[in-house]
Amino acid sequence: METRIQRIFLRITTGFMAILLSSLMVAPVWAAENSEEQKKPDELGSIFDPKVERRDVEREAIDTENWELGAYYGLISIEDFGTNELVGARVAYHVTEDFFIEATYAQATAGFSSFERLNGNVVLLTDEQREYSQFNLGLGFNLLPGEGFIGEELAFTSSLYLITALGSTDFAGEQRSTITVGGGYRVLFTDWLAVHLTLKDHLYDIELLGTAKTASDLEISTSITIYF
Amino acid sequence: MQSIRLIIKASLVYLLLISFLPLSVLADEEDEYQTVKVAEPFIEFHTGPGRGYPVFHIVEKGQSLLLIKKKTQWFKVRSSKGHEGWAHEDAMQKTISGDEQLFDAGNFLQQDFTEREWEAGVLGGDFGGATSLAIYSGWNFTQNLSTEISISQALGNVADIRFATISLLHQPFPEWRVSPFFKLGGGIIQTRPFTTLIQTQDRTDEIVNVGLGVKAYVSRQFFIRMEYTRYTILTSRNDNDEVEEWKLGFSVFF
Repeated sequence: METRIQRIFLRITTGFMAILLSSLMVAPVWAAENSEEQKKPDELGSIFDPKVERRDVEREAIDTENWELGAYYGLISIEDFGTNELVGARVAYHVTEDFFIEATYAQATAGFSSFERLNGNVVLLTDEQREYSQFNLGLGFNLLPGEGFIGEELAFTSSLYLITALGSTDFAGEQRSTITVGGGYRVLFTDWLAVHLTLKDHLYDIELLGTAKTASDLEISTSITIYF
Repeated sequence: MQSIRLIIKASLVYLLLISFLPLSVLADEEDEYQTVKVAEPFIEFHTGPGRGYPVFHIVEKGQSLLLIKKKTQWFKVRSSKGHEGWAHEDAMQKTISGDEQLFDAGNFLQQDFTEREWEAGVLGGDFGGATSLAIYSGWNFTQNLSTEISISQALGNVADIRFATISLLHQPFPEWRVSPFFKLGGGIIQTRPFTTLIQTQDRTDEIVNVGLGVKAYVSRQFFIRMEYTRYTILTSRNDNDEVEEWKLGFSVFF
């Protein structure tokens, strides 16, 4: 915008200068030769005011759609604590057509373990400790980009992608470093609107029910995202 | 009778107005998008922003293209005949912009890696036996010198450790594809022991660090970063703690 304004100003000033200069130069000639009076300003005008419209392309002015922001909803199987609803948000930056970086945050509330259910009045975790949240930063790879068809006329670009992420899981009052592996299927209904179906596994070490083990929380979710 | 005529007139005027509307919108679009001219014998239109999407249309030399948007390395363009498709930035690089110069499509090359100004990334690794995860953001004020802020979390068996540092980096050979760097910095560290094991207080201490590593350019805006850092935690006790950290991650630059 700034350069556009500058250009307008430049054009105005060069136009003004052209008139000023031509009038200055024409003035002495005027007295000497009347016949050249008509030709001179035209020649000068063509020098100072080129007919070609010059428009540089400003790369910054081109709309880029590399960021993706969205919300997701799904189910997560919190090991030993049942399958629960999961709500989350995701933001991704698409670096190339193949790779993207993704950050996700999700929350769930853990249910009761079978140990708690069978023992009636035994409660392992407080309500606060049952609050489950996870934060992940990962790298995604578009393994199978493609197009999906509906009928003859409609085609949507899509991609089957893989994702690996590092993060932390906050559960049972503690944070645990987590490795996430998974994949998803993304369909773009327009250039800027996408729907994902994702399947992920979150792995972390936990020492809650007596023995130390690696918990594996499987997640299936669907998300709607926009590109901007 | 008169009122009916009035309604018909009004609706006609309305129809006329809305029939002009799309035209005016179109005119706006022509103004909104910038144009380039095809300079090679032809340019290929793909159906999607990816190398595998089929070519469905070709625009010949001399024709103009409207630049609608860009996704990763792909431009969405519209030909003068109204065809819309995706063209790769390498192909767009060979088009001519208004000033009769080759259009600079903004491809990222190793040169841009050397001259990068901003960078950000994610690293994971081992912090004295605990799994650590870090995010950082850096500003390169010369090709050799840069400063960065890093936030890390290390989750061990006994404590949740969080630390934030500000560091100064020196890259002696910024033009190398695999470029080594030295790091010096300081910050604060917070240690929160897990309450299930021991009943201790949270601690916040100062921390200083020295490190060395490499940044290896991969492609486009991507590079891989690997580093070794030695931290000295300035505790309130008699002895300072020394912690070694190994990290590997990836970064993007802008």
